[in-house]
Amino acid sequence: MERPLRLITANPLDRLARTLEALLVVASAPLTVDDLATAADDDAERVETALGLLAERFREGRSGIVLEFVAGGWAFRASREAADACGRLFERPVERGISQAAMETLAVVAYLGPCSRPEIARIRGVAADSVVAGLLERGLIAEAGREATGAVRYRTTPLFERVFGLESLSELPRLEDLGETEDIRARLEAVAAQRPA
Amino acid sequence: MIVRELELDLDAFEGPFDLLLTLVLKDELAPADVDVAEIVVAFVERLAARSPLDLDACGEFLVLVAALLELKVRELFPDEIDDLELGPDEAAEELAARLEEYRRIKEAALRLAERLDGERDRFFRIGPAPLQPRPERQLARQDAADLAAALRSLAAEPPSLSLAHLELRFPPVSQFLARFRAILQRRRTFDFDTEVRGLSRVEQAVAFLALLELARGREVALAQSAPFAPIRVSQAHVERRPAWNVRSA
Repeated sequence: MERPLRLITANPLDRLARTLEALLVVASAPLTVDDLATAADDDAERVETALGLLAERFREGRSGIVLEFVAGGWAFRASREAADACGRLFERPVERGISQAAMETLAVVAYLGPCSRPEIARIRGVAADSVVAGLLERGLIAEAGREATGAVRYRTTPLFERVFGLESLSELPRLEDLGETEDIRARLEAVAAQRPA
Repeated sequence: MIVRELELDLDAFEGPFDLLLTLVLKDELAPADVDVAEIVVAFVERLAARSPLDLDACGEFLVLVAALLELKVRELFPDEIDDLELGPDEAAEELAARLEEYRRIKEAALRLAERLDGERDRFFRIGPAPLQPRPERQLARQDAADLAAALRSLAAEPPSLSLAHLELRFPPVSQFLARFRAILQRRRTFDFDTEVRGLSRVEQAVAFLALLELARGREVALAQSAPFAPIRVSQAHVERRPAWNVRSA
């Protein structure tokens, strides 16, 4: 006879793991170890050990559900092999039709945030109002206080990290390492040299 | 189009653009008196009259008008300008820094887009559990002739509505005039309320109008002991006669 998946054992850690599983199922956003420890009424170290057990149990290729560390916390997602089926069930409105302008604005907020609309407009050279409104609506950015001038500042949300599969913003490549910028200076200098004194 | 020869007709100056610039540079014309917006309008009008777009002229105009604006700003806000002053090298440095920053952001946006593409098969729960899409309602097979008949019945002119029940039927006032006069010929007095009892509200109203008409013509005298008490109607001369008799007696 085929053995059923054994989840119910007398091991107290397994019991904690089952509680964590339940918490992760009811949560709609990633949960930190502290969140889980508080809810499970257990200590953080044991929670981490139990999460290790669960991560092994719910790893890609082993189950339709995958446990991952994303956006600063632990969360379940669908396994990639089930993506087509999930796509038929519901679409992902958050990322549908993100324009080039929206992606650039998102990059500004992710790298330089919290930053205000005037700041975004200064960097991109065009007004950012409608793009910012669109990103707010999608939940990819959120308000994060105000500048001294009163302008609202924005930051990216945990949903942004989740959608882009980031453990945290620090996982993004450093801005300094992006883009060849040497030629800009060279071209400017060339133009300056041509200018009559 | 040669921008320098652009003819201007401003409040403070009339002549070609380059002469205006020369006068401004020689301090013979205060830049504050020059309406830059009008110059721009003159240029745009001239530009619109020609096609295709003369990009060289646009570039030249931008340089000249920017120079003019700078002179004007320096004159209007001398204090602020000192704070903002940038040498050519500093200005170039700032421009380069800004361009570099934007290029990096563009690159970052490209990487983000690639990353998003790579995470296309990432499905997770946001907020409440996603609802299953509602199944489309399937109609049973229909007979074309039945559908056409149903459609035709919709297209038919609807029957006009009858408003007959809303109509008010007023009996003529004259009818009540005749009736009250007839009563008064038989009796000296009568009770209005008793006479109109059983009539509709409209008929009672018309009867009352008839009564007022009779009172106006001094054919009847009206008396009412208290508000809402029955109205007593009597022949006018009958009412008056005893009064004369008693007092004159």
